[in-house]
Amino acid sequence: MPDALKTELLTLVSEAPDLAALEEVRVAALGKKGRITGLMKELGGLSPEERRERGAALNALKDEIAAAIDARKTELHAAHLAARLEAERVDVTLPVRPEPRGRIHPISQTVDELVAIFAEMGFAVAEGPDVEDDFHNFTALNFPPGHPARDMHDTFYLPDTADGRRMLLRTHTSPVQVRTMMSVKPPIRIIAPGRTYRSDYDMTHTPMFHQVEGLVIDEATHMGHLKGCLIDFCRAFFDVDDLPLRFRPSFFPFTEPSAEVDIGCSRKGGELKLGNYGDWLEILGCGMVHPNVLEACGIDSTRYQGFAFGMGIERIAMLKYGIPDLRTFFEADLRWLKHYGFVPLDIPSPAHGLTR
Amino acid sequence: MKFTLSWLKDHLETDASLDEITQRLTMLGLEVEGVEDRAKELAAFVVGHVVTADKHPDADKLRVLTVDTGSERLQVVCGAPNARAGMKGVFAPIGTHIPGSDITLKKGVIRGVESNGMMCSERELKLSEEHNGIIELPDDAPVGTPFAAYAGLGDPVIDVALTPDRADCAGVRGIARDLAAAGLGRLKPLEDGLLDATPVAGTFPCPLSVTIEEPDGCPLFVGRLIRGVRNGPSPKWLQDKLAAIGLRPISALVDITNYMTFDAARPLHVFDAARVRGGIIVRAGRDGETFRALNDKDYAVDPAMIVIADHEGPLGLGGIIGGESTGCTEATTDVFVEAALFDPVRIAATGRRLGIDSDARYRFERGVDPAAVMQGMERATRLILALCGGEPSEPVIAGAEPDWRRAVRFRPSRVKHLGGVDLPLDAQTHILAALGCGLREAEDGTLSVSIPSWRQDIHGEADLVEEVLRVHGFDAIPATPLEREGVVAKPALTPAQRRVVMARRTLAARGLHEAVTWSFLSSAVAERFGGVDPGLRLLNPISADLDVMRPSILPNLVQAAGRNADRGIADAALFEVGPAYRDPTPQGQDLVAAGVRCGNAVPRHWSETARPVDVYDAKADALAVLEAAGAPTANLVIGADAPAWYHPGRSGTLRLGPAVLARFGELHPGVLEALGVRGPVAGFEVFLDAVPSARKKGGTAKPLLQLSAFQPVERDFAFLVDAGVDADRIARAARGADKALIRDVGVFDVYQGPGVEEGRKSVAISVTLQPVDRTLTDKDIEEIGRRIVAAVTKATGGTLRA
Repeated sequence: MPDALKTELLTLVSEAPDLAALEEVRVAALGKKGRITGLMKELGGLSPEERRERGAALNALKDEIAAAIDARKTELHAAHLAARLEAERVDVTLPVRPEPRGRIHPISQTVDELVAIFAEMGFAVAEGPDVEDDFHNFTALNFPPGHPARDMHDTFYLPDTADGRRMLLRTHTSPVQVRTMMSVKPPIRIIAPGRTYRSDYDMTHTPMFHQVEGLVIDEATHMGHLKGCLIDFCRAFFDVDDLPLRFRPSFFPFTEPSAEVDIGCSRKGGELKLGNYGDWLEILGCGMVHPNVLEACGIDSTRYQGFAFGMGIERIAMLKYGIPDLRTFFEADLRWLKHYGFVPLDIPSPAHGLTR
Repeated sequence: MKFTLSWLKDHLETDASLDEITQRLTMLGLEVEGVEDRAKELAAFVVGHVVTADKHPDADKLRVLTVDTGSERLQVVCGAPNARAGMKGVFAPIGTHIPGSDITLKKGVIRGVESNGMMCSERELKLSEEHNGIIELPDDAPVGTPFAAYAGLGDPVIDVALTPDRADCAGVRGIARDLAAAGLGRLKPLEDGLLDATPVAGTFPCPLSVTIEEPDGCPLFVGRLIRGVRNGPSPKWLQDKLAAIGLRPISALVDITNYMTFDAARPLHVFDAARVRGGIIVRAGRDGETFRALNDKDYAVDPAMIVIADHEGPLGLGGIIGGESTGCTEATTDVFVEAALFDPVRIAATGRRLGIDSDARYRFERGVDPAAVMQGMERATRLILALCGGEPSEPVIAGAEPDWRRAVRFRPSRVKHLGGVDLPLDAQTHILAALGCGLREAEDGTLSVSIPSWRQDIHGEADLVEEVLRVHGFDAIPATPLEREGVVAKPALTPAQRRVVMARRTLAARGLHEAVTWSFLSSAVAERFGGVDPGLRLLNPISADLDVMRPSILPNLVQAAGRNADRGIADAALFEVGPAYRDPTPQGQDLVAAGVRCGNAVPRHWSETARPVDVYDAKADALAVLEAAGAPTANLVIGADAPAWYHPGRSGTLRLGPAVLARFGELHPGVLEALGVRGPVAGFEVFLDAVPSARKKGGTAKPLLQLSAFQPVERDFAFLVDAGVDADRIARAARGADKALIRDVGVFDVYQGPGVEEGRKSVAISVTLQPVDRTLTDKDIEEIGRRIVAAVTKATGGTLRA
């Protein structure tokens, strides 16, 4: 009898199609009115020996059925979950919700790189206005009135001020040198990135562009330091450890001696590559600050000296990032900005790297 | 400044190769921009003789030539109308690169006839633009010789970019002097042949008088008359020299003046003396006077200009351009040769005003050698006598040589201290002497350096340091690292500069693309954005579209968005951090972070509902920038009073006290229409300079975080208010009901429609209470609720919605 019951109950358990049916089987077998419970109740009428023997057999049966129900329950749970998961299946190839990502303009990124490098050399960042007067843009920088070097600047002019000052858009960032020297006592170590303006518009000129000016004034900085500073800068900026630099004598009214600086490159096959390849590419102008400029700014030229340099930010950005056309910097073409721009968290730092 | 290698060697005795010379020139500061070595380029071209020329059997316009190349006879098909038997021309064999057409010749079959080379035109050899026929050479041209050598093109042409200070190097002699100083040869004395400047004895008094009325503009004017000259074409050597550097030979007299201009940086002028009426007067121009210049153009002169006149009127502009009326022609028999000095500033001003770029102006405005005026005139006289014959008068001299002599105190130690190079004294003095300086040692060990007349650019000690360094070579300056103070670098940016970086990167992180647009725009557009100060109108704009400084960045961004929309990108989001201008003072330039979003804020997407941009997008951007810039955003007051370029009902202003920190809103549809851009466009302008700097009080520590042990409680209220009541007023009133307990008030629903009467709206707020010392009881919460309702009712007239 127990064997037949056991077989019957185990079959019912294993064939229970869902949790509700299984519960019914449990109640029918092990519930208060269940069949095993019923058999247990009958034990009272048996002799002690029979009771012990029968009781043990019934307990074993009860445990076995209970275990079978638990096992079936786990099985049915798993099947139920599997069915639910199957029903919840989605198309993971669908595109994600839109999360627009903006870009930093190459000019801003380049300025941040300049700042990161020059900070390592102890420079601070100085700024000045775009609308300048003749004094700060030319006279204080040792451009004599009527000097042909003034013509070479293609200056944009604005109406004179009421007190007769000639106003213009700064043609270089050098007026920031003047403003800094007139307001700060040496030692001075600044870079001044900013907008500059010249009345010229063609393949390689835009009426507005950016320059960065550098100025170091103290009692001992000489032309060797100028070379050291610019060599270190160019190698760090262009990420070429052995980048050669060539200093050529040149002329700027505000420096003496003056130099133009070329970096090594190759133009083989129409492709420009920076490095020690034997060819040269001009990238910046520099020199020792002219004593007349120091004096015009109220600095004793018999005691203080130093260097200044200036370079085009678009130019070095074009060289570094392979951007072919200057004019595209100012067109705000989203295709260009997305392609040449930088992700906002890519903040240049000497510790993390300047360039990804 | 162009010159040929052989011209350089007129002045410089040297064994240096072309490469050595050009490299040294660049390192001397005379940057070589190009070397044209035509002999190299044209090496394959030879003088060819057309032996036979027959009509092509199959083409009317072609001929089949037999060309004798000196080494063989080749069949060549030629289309030139002037190709004929017996002529001599320039032949290019198979495999030659043709510079004028940038092709390399291949053996060809033209309409069935084999062709083994080409007879060339001037254009194909890049000699001129002439391409109507092939080059015809004289009968005596030797067949088979390289054409470049035959044509005098064998001389490499060096092109040097002169810096404006090096007036002396606007002549070959100055360049030779620099090279000699740098050890590349010996400078020849001014006694040799062409260079001979020994004074010529005149045989009669100069019949032309010279009067200087404007000694400030022209301190010295010398000249002489040479009578009985024959002015034909100049000899081949002179023509070749000039042609090689791109000057057209004209006549011997004119060619001599051009030669002196480029050889000695000494512009001269020759007058046909027979056509000068009375004498020569150097004077200011007079209003109403005009003259016809040698370039066949008429110019009106004025009192600011120095004219060379005769007794009847102006002949030419001194130091700039001569006049046609007294120009020398083949008929000239009596020539007056002039050498003078003119004020560089007046030359530059006149040249610029009249737009005349002449070789004379180029030199005079940089400053010609004041001590070589006579010398130049004597050299020219000798050349005229040699090439044109004639009889020289005594010289006529008006004015006087200005005092150009000066000495500069020079401490040789400055080369080390300023230049960074340890250079022995004798090396320094050797360089200075080679450049023409006179040196005298003073008692204190310094040098007194007298500056040569041709170096008007040298004024002070720093200039002399440069001369020494330059000739010694900048390469020799050892690079020295620029040591900084302290091991750890200090920040390069001020806190104010840093927040600009933060603003920029915040906006990019929010999905806007950074643009950089012109600081100027058109005045018509500027008028729509508040207009411009009269002091910000460019006097010489590059175009009418860019004639004023921008009063706002927005119009540039809106227009950029419009251009992107035209390219098919309608949902542009752009920003710029840059200047906007109120007036021309340094304080009138504001640093502004501005941005626009166009089209859809949420694009069409399978799981999102597309939504056009609106004022709240712009407000969020503005607040994000302010937050990034460190503005106390919780204390800002929002006003609905944005300027006229915003939508009047969908825009606002964020203020801190009286200071406007930002404006935001949808752009005014009328403005968009005027700019030709389809809306909606939402924009913002944040004035970064107006954001107060966060002052660090007592170091870098943040205020201590105080956390409450008690649960916050959230309660919702819905108020019925007039439709015109700002939600902000409700929220502020609620917050004011218990400043200690109420931590936050949020607006989570605004409703108008059925159930709410017309002209009213329902605004639902959620109030968060944060107890600090005990758990709130129901009674506490009820009490606060009553106070909130009372406060809102008092402030807005609203009632709690049932």
